[in-house]
Amino acid sequence: MNVSTDSGAEQPRLGFFTDTSVCIGCKACEVACKEWNMVPEDGLDFTGMSFDNTGGLSADTWRHVAFVEQREPLAHQETGLGRRDTVDLGMPSFELPGASAAPEERGEFRWLMSSDVCKHCTHAACVDVCPTGALFHTEFDTVVVQQDICNGCGYCIPACPYGVIDRREDDGRAWKCTLCYDRVGDGLEPACAKACPTDSIQFGDLDELRERAAQRLEDLHGAGVSSARLYGEDPDDGVGGNGAFFLLLDEPEVYGLPPDPVVTTRDLPSMWRHAGAAAVVMLAGVAATFLGGRK
Amino acid sequence: MSTSDVTEEEMHGQKPGRDAVTGAAGVVGEQQRRERDARPSERHADDGEFASYYGRPVINAIVWEAPAIGGYLFLGGLAGASSALAAGAELTGRPGLARPLRYTALAAISGSTAALIYDLGRPERFLNMLRVFKPTSPMSVGSWILMGYGPLAGVSAVTALTGWFPRTGRLATYGAGAMGALVATYTAPLVCDTAVPAWHEGYRYMPFVFASSAVAAAGGAGLIGAPTEQSGPARRAAVGGAIAETAVSTAMEHRMGLSGELYGRGTAGRYMRAAKTLTLAGAAGAVLGRRSRVASALSGAALVAGSACTRLGVFHAGRQSQEDPKYTVVPQRRRRDARERAENAQV
Repeated sequence: MNVSTDSGAEQPRLGFFTDTSVCIGCKACEVACKEWNMVPEDGLDFTGMSFDNTGGLSADTWRHVAFVEQREPLAHQETGLGRRDTVDLGMPSFELPGASAAPEERGEFRWLMSSDVCKHCTHAACVDVCPTGALFHTEFDTVVVQQDICNGCGYCIPACPYGVIDRREDDGRAWKCTLCYDRVGDGLEPACAKACPTDSIQFGDLDELRERAAQRLEDLHGAGVSSARLYGEDPDDGVGGNGAFFLLLDEPEVYGLPPDPVVTTRDLPSMWRHAGAAAVVMLAGVAATFLGGRK
Repeated sequence: MSTSDVTEEEMHGQKPGRDAVTGAAGVVGEQQRRERDARPSERHADDGEFASYYGRPVINAIVWEAPAIGGYLFLGGLAGASSALAAGAELTGRPGLARPLRYTALAAISGSTAALIYDLGRPERFLNMLRVFKPTSPMSVGSWILMGYGPLAGVSAVTALTGWFPRTGRLATYGAGAMGALVATYTAPLVCDTAVPAWHEGYRYMPFVFASSAVAAAGGAGLIGAPTEQSGPARRAAVGGAIAETAVSTAMEHRMGLSGELYGRGTAGRYMRAAKTLTLAGAAGAVLGRRSRVASALSGAALVAGSACTRLGVFHAGRQSQEDPKYTVVPQRRRRDARERAENAQV
């Protein structure tokens, strides 16, 4: 139970709604986050798999733009009339590419881009398992690491079902998105949302964001983009809903997100019961070894 | 438009052919055509196919080091069960068995705590573990268990060595024995309370695997340290623990679901096979060599080594299940598909 939820009458829960249908993959969010939060370099890598050379969220990457290339039409482009044999050779011309071709003749290709971030779970496994109390829920119901407390035990890292939090090697402590705790406290929006040129990243009161997301989903479905779906907005899901939720155009796992995450501590009462039973059985077993005579 | 087709499938070994021209029926292989035609929405986890982001893991890599945290789990178990066995030996008048086990418990718990501190990113902040008591964090609970148990094991060992305060020493041995069961088992919820599939999905079995493995190791330590005329309980603990460990860990591997297969593969598989071989050989040696001090000690050493291998096997199975997104995605996808089917059936 979060203290901040109980006293939430005056302070509404803050969060992100990341609408990936308008993400253009510019990575301004990654850059803005790094600059504002002074996050160190995360490796100058060439992954060779797409325009994504960041890879994924880590101690030094708090926003990550995923690039998914697919031989898929957008839903409203689907013709189903055996157009797969057409090839757009992409030859140079004086027109915009595909301008003279009917939509169904443009070939099947789409590029999904999505800016990933800490989900700021309602039931956050990282907070639950943190043995020092360094991780906590703020008054905005976001999840933040207190860097002066964290002793780098590394427990939060395998506990996170999304692969968000990580340990910074030369520093030894765990780091992740703070939802710009320093900015929101002063009434500013987080750096990534501020920098996003298409408003793919929207920041605000979670209730309002949820309404906006529902409206956007309805509009997209109405326009024929049947693959649009919300991810992490449901307060009844395995983590009690996310403070940072998404509108996706394909299954979550395509973007590297878990399809049905569950906070691991949901099973912890049962784990303690099993451990207690094992402890009792163990003592009984050891006691039994002394029953067999004096030998 | 580019003619190369970089999809996640090709990360799994299939090289994009130079002639893989978009949609050209004549040059696209039948296999490639089938794969291309299988839309993500039509793929089912049940078919063994699943989608991922370029084959990258969903959850982040475990930062713990295998020798440190494997050793922490193993030594904690050895210490806890040694104390329990020492308490029984003390109670039934077997000082020759109790004494080496009291030493073993202190040495092992010191090593376990040292390994835990060594593996911290900020070892000098170890005491921050004691800022709070959180039942939701097995590492917090474990730190407090260590704080209670460690001094008892210390007093028990030091009084055994010096002969001072024998009554206090006996009481400390009983206290350490009772707490030893907690020391040997709390590490199971510790590893299982994570999103790591090969750990979390085994949470019903893991405490029993760890407890029986700990008893086998403590029995082994007793066989090494105690004279044969007093080592009867250690021998029975060794054999019982070994049989229970082998049975429970085999059951866990078969019943925990998809990631159970990892306990038979790669580094984890090698450690788990070594653990079973050493443990069963040690148990057999403990029975057959019961009249020989040397054979008993060798059997004991095999049991201790087998227990260490079990923990390392569990550790590596967890790491392997983290590295392959299959073990995260497929069970969750099946669970979600089943739930959606059930919801649709109701409507």
